[in-house]
Amino acid sequence: MIGRALVHVPPTAKRGEVIEIKAMVAHVMETGYRIGVTGKPIPRDIITQFVCTYNGEVVFRAEFFPAVAANPFLSFFTVATDSGTIAFSWTDQNGTTKVQTAAITVA
Amino acid sequence: MARNNQMARNNQKDWRSRRDVLKVAGAVVGGGALARLVVQPAAATPAMMEEAIRSFVGQAAIKKGKVKLNIPPLVENGNSVPCTVSVDSAMTAADYVKAIHIFNEKNPQPYIISVALGPRAGRAEFSTRIRLADSQTVTAIAELSDGTFWSDGADVIVTLAACIEETTH
Repeated sequence: MIGRALVHVPPTAKRGEVIEIKAMVAHVMETGYRIGVTGKPIPRDIITQFVCTYNGEVVFRAEFFPAVAANPFLSFFTVATDSGTIAFSWTDQNGTTKVQTAAITVA
Repeated sequence: MARNNQMARNNQKDWRSRRDVLKVAGAVVGGGALARLVVQPAAATPAMMEEAIRSFVGQAAIKKGKVKLNIPPLVENGNSVPCTVSVDSAMTAADYVKAIHIFNEKNPQPYIISVALGPRAGRAEFSTRIRLADSQTVTAIAELSDGTFWSDGADVIVTLAACIEETTH
């Protein structure tokens, strides 16, 4: 299950400025390699895809493997072009998607 | 297929030679250690990492430089190791970083994360937190828009490995 998402986008930016974006989502990222108390392996449960779009245009994409820590965190950069919406989406191995958006005002 | 692998190895001889020497030395001196590795099928090996890298890179040559992998040399907890990869690139429409991949040698899988970016990124850099099952070398590879590949590696000593913590399930 994908839990709460936490994103940070600067609320305002100058046109053409390179801004840092941080995104984290609550998820166990169970590797599938651990053995539970019953002696059976705990099944894998990971987020596999992360996509960040800026007014609909993809600016950053990531593919996660089990070696990404629990509650996957990413920080990356993009150029502030226009005011609008930055959308973040995480998709797990079962195809469930969690979307979070943030607004940015570009002067 | 075997021939292709051989070719890949020949292509890369310049930066693999030291590891090859160490591997041979290890095989001669540490037969015991090797046997221990054999009974741990759940761990990737440097050879598996090579193969994983080749699956992304193909037969292209991988050069050292441009990429900077920033990861603490000594970490207490392998379950969450902060790391940052930055690539020296102007990030213009003509010259930008297409993708960055991170690989490891000793986790159950050699893959860690792959990211795709473009000229819209402004700066070719990202940070994340990863799991490391053992002290090992982590490798970052960047693919540039001109089709060249650049790499950087970092040795990390892990005192508490990922995957061994108590489970409550």
